[in-house]
Amino acid sequence: MIQTEASCCRIIFGMGKGKSKEAEIKRINKELANIRSKFKGDKALDGYSKKKYVCKLLFIFLLGHDIDFGHMEAVNLLSSNRYTEKQIGYLFISVLVNSNSELIRLINNAIKNDLASRNPTFMGLALHCIANVGSREMAEAFAGEIPKILVAGDTMDSVKQSAALCLLRLYRTSPDLVPMGDWTSRVVHLLNDQHLGVVTAATSLITTLAQKNPEEFKTSVSLAVSRLSRIVTSASTDLQDYTYYFVPAPWLSVKLLRLLQCYPPPEDPAVRGRLTECLETILNKAQEPPKSKKVQHSNAKNAVLFEAISLIIHHDSEPNLLVRACNQLGQFLQHRETNLRYLALESMCTLASSEFSHEAVKTHIETVINALKTERDVSVRQRAVDLLYAMCDRSNAQQIVAEMLNYLETADYSIREEIVLKVAILAEKYAVDYTWYVDTILNLIRIAGDYVSEEVWYRVIQIVINRDDVQGYAAKTVFEALQAPACHENLVKVGGYILGEFGNLIAGDPRSSPLIQFNLLHSKFHLCSVPTRALLLSTYIKFVNLFPEIKTTIQDVLRSDSQLKNADVELQQRAVEYLRLSTIASTDILATVLEEMPPFPERESSILAKLKKKKGPGTVTDLEEIKKERSSDMNGSAEPASVNASAVSTPSPSADLLGLGAAPLTNSAPPPSSSGSLLVDVFSDSASAVAPLAPGSDDNFASPDLASSEVVSEEPADTVHDADELFHKFVCKNNGVLFENQLLQIGLKSEFRQNLGRMFIFYGNKTSTQFLNFTPTVICSDDLQPSLNLQTKPVDPTVDGGAQVQQVVNIECVSDFMEAPILNIQFRYGGTFQNLSVKLPITLNKFFQPTEMSSQDFFQRWKQLSNPKQEVQNIFKAKHPMDAEITKAKIIGFGSALLEEVDPNPANFVGAGIIHTKTTQIGCLLRLEPNLQAQMYRLTLRTSKEAVSQRLCELLSEQF
Amino acid sequence: IRFILIQNRAGKTRLAKWYMQFDDDEKQKLIEEVHAVVTVRDAKHTNFVEFRNFKIIYRRYAGLYFCICVDVTDNNLAYLEAIHNFVEVLNEYFHNVCELDLVFNFYKVYTVVDEMFLAGEIRETSQTKVLKQLLMLQSLE
Repeated sequence: MIQTEASCCRIIFGMGKGKSKEAEIKRINKELANIRSKFKGDKALDGYSKKKYVCKLLFIFLLGHDIDFGHMEAVNLLSSNRYTEKQIGYLFISVLVNSNSELIRLINNAIKNDLASRNPTFMGLALHCIANVGSREMAEAFAGEIPKILVAGDTMDSVKQSAALCLLRLYRTSPDLVPMGDWTSRVVHLLNDQHLGVVTAATSLITTLAQKNPEEFKTSVSLAVSRLSRIVTSASTDLQDYTYYFVPAPWLSVKLLRLLQCYPPPEDPAVRGRLTECLETILNKAQEPPKSKKVQHSNAKNAVLFEAISLIIHHDSEPNLLVRACNQLGQFLQHRETNLRYLALESMCTLASSEFSHEAVKTHIETVINALKTERDVSVRQRAVDLLYAMCDRSNAQQIVAEMLNYLETADYSIREEIVLKVAILAEKYAVDYTWYVDTILNLIRIAGDYVSEEVWYRVIQIVINRDDVQGYAAKTVFEALQAPACHENLVKVGGYILGEFGNLIAGDPRSSPLIQFNLLHSKFHLCSVPTRALLLSTYIKFVNLFPEIKTTIQDVLRSDSQLKNADVELQQRAVEYLRLSTIASTDILATVLEEMPPFPERESSILAKLKKKKGPGTVTDLEEIKKERSSDMNGSAEPASVNASAVSTPSPSADLLGLGAAPLTNSAPPPSSSGSLLVDVFSDSASAVAPLAPGSDDNFASPDLASSEVVSEEPADTVHDADELFHKFVCKNNGVLFENQLLQIGLKSEFRQNLGRMFIFYGNKTSTQFLNFTPTVICSDDLQPSLNLQTKPVDPTVDGGAQVQQVVNIECVSDFMEAPILNIQFRYGGTFQNLSVKLPITLNKFFQPTEMSSQDFFQRWKQLSNPKQEVQNIFKAKHPMDAEITKAKIIGFGSALLEEVDPNPANFVGAGIIHTKTTQIGCLLRLEPNLQAQMYRLTLRTSKEAVSQRLCELLSEQF
Repeated sequence: IRFILIQNRAGKTRLAKWYMQFDDDEKQKLIEEVHAVVTVRDAKHTNFVEFRNFKIIYRRYAGLYFCICVDVTDNNLAYLEAIHNFVEVLNEYFHNVCELDLVFNFYKVYTVVDEMFLAGEIRETSQTKVLKQLLMLQSLE
């Protein structure tokens, strides 16, 4: 060995003298050439030399140079009988893993021999090698053998330790290859082992196994409790080797406490009592004077304490312990160790969500606010923000929001956006007084406008529109805020929108007369980006309706060259259309077209969704949410509680809906109409024109749909209401209004899973007179019938005035199909016979299941579908503004997964999914390439079936 | 544990132990990122840093940073002291360990790591037991 070291030194120091990088490389190459010639030489090398050169190679590799030979020599070393040679061989294999199949066989063979050698040192080396490499080949070869070694009576303790963790590694990489069996119960009993090292290793193994198979390892709970109890009650010297700075077996205690977190509180009262005693002892010890001043002592002690608190929070059942934990953490909040303050803030965050300790956490508010102001480490301040967010409720919301806004002024850029989202959520959630809410959001924009995302300002507009008590105040406040010489563009957006809707409410004050409002907004116009200018133009046309007295001023602005001949198509089009509209339309028509926005349907705040996305699910501490999660955890139910939220509002039991498909839900895939995409949906209309120009909020049945001013007295019998526009809207969404005239409104709610679906059709009688002989029928053409199986129940033939009836359609997709079924409705209304038909939007894409895949997989499959018949392409002109976010939402709404970072061109969109039919499944890949300059798209569909590619391409082309 | 890194202040890696599959480029990237994240922190900062979807628990000894990357739910202090326990063993084994000991005796360092951490878990925490085993192995050389 000495010589190896010496020669290593020679390399290094040689290098040190070498003046340049080149000299170093030259030296290394010379050395490599030397070793290579030794390996290739005629003379067989003895074990010692072989080891020496393999060791040198390893050293060169670790210095950062590539090594492409020596593997065979290393494998040879494995069969040596000398420890040092074997060890270097194994180390080489572990560090330079190579999946060369020839070698793997040889390596596995050597390992097998060593495992059978009964020499504990060799067994250890072999086990460590398996644990380090952990490849599938090794799992195949040894997953059966290792459990035997682990539970055999004559196995040495150190080998048991290695075997336990080796098995853990194999279980992590290839759980399917590790068979559960008799050994499992014996592994659990290792918790009782004399040797604490064995217990330490075994606890890790058991914890991992218990997470996946809680039933099988249930007995570990009582054993873990009694082991823990023996440790925490032992005197500080009892455990000798395992006492670390006067703390008995701290790491083992932590592991045992983690194992217990795989389970609910023990049912057996004796076990439960004993555990409670342990936890109390741990809490008591935290109050005792330290046995040593060393930081190691307090760290080890507190490691156990924090884990115990985690368990208390996990159980969430002992109010007494929860409050004690909270008090303990409260002390840490003022500790001089930054680590402890950080951990206390983090841990308190979870305590805040327990109903038992929420109040106790709240008492520390001043300390936490102080931390926000004084901590030097940004990560600590971040935790303080998290905790304030978690402890916020109606009683302290105003204070917390004010402090967060304060902090925002100086906050690090890295956490600003998150704070903005948190403030926006809290302000909305706990607003008693909506004027406070409006003030808060405007403050947010003032302080950190760049970090206020679209979701935040969309939301404030939604809320203002939905609450008429705050509209006047909002108009006044934005008007005042806009007076600032430099205001953020987001403020201009909010201001423009709100004044366009409610500017009239403050126009009585001469200080904010219509002309002043207009001039104020228009003074910002030239500083804004195109989307904001587009929004302002819409505000102007709304002003024409609100304030006829300034119509000519606005027309002059619209008429100016900078508008009418604007280089931007969108702006130019708006200017032209609005000018024309203001010139030719009568006041009545203007009033109808530019009607105030109807209220938005209530839905989950999209900001919350965004925060969740940012922080990952589960980290957003919402009391109810955590409760829900936890209860489903304990029941061991695999179904997420929140699926199919839309099902809740339908009369049918949701369990039935969940039962439609047998496959487990992919909870990562967003439901087809997530709140985010709906929001985009609503605003996709208003972005191109202030909303009532476009059809109103068509996904809300209840909203008074004043905008539909069409006057249709009697429909000519038997014409299918093509209403293609509406039909196409349903391709990417499942709920909304399908048809409406003066008499009747038809709404839809539907859900699809795999090849099954269910659609609820709501027929609303808009008149005050009964409909008689009301008979809706769903008709499939002869072509469609074999592919689509629809079942309906008849509905009550009488529909009272103002009433709504509902009909359920059960849908089964047997094979792929082109056409849509027809819904025919006949009824008598006041003596006249009514007959109308609409297409029912059941389209092939409804049976999509999204598929996530990597870029590599995607292009591999893409190439596999290169037969010209499998590909359908369509190049078409954009019908809507080309907005990437809206496009993404539509692709997701279409049903395929939206694959990010797959296409080398980030402007392109790529999707993948599987169409499920009863007879077959069809994989589909799609790619959408926008050309902004030409306002064109190219859409390419590749599926294994020509007709499917064709149909999907048709459906999707209509969407953009 | 996802990986263990020992780096000096210049960013030279003195030990890298991976418990997750990464390809070589990814490893190099992680090494550089960890170095960038850890070296900018001072003594007033915590010994924990969020890192991608994980966290780094680290401790500085003279010019060397000992970093352990763990899951976000793992126990910070337990791993912080695991580092110290490991360093005390190295110190005992090499009699006042220094950076060059780790360089030249790299194969011994790997043995120490495997005795104390295996498959990304803490294997043995008793310094006495680990040192006894190491001395036994050394006697075989």
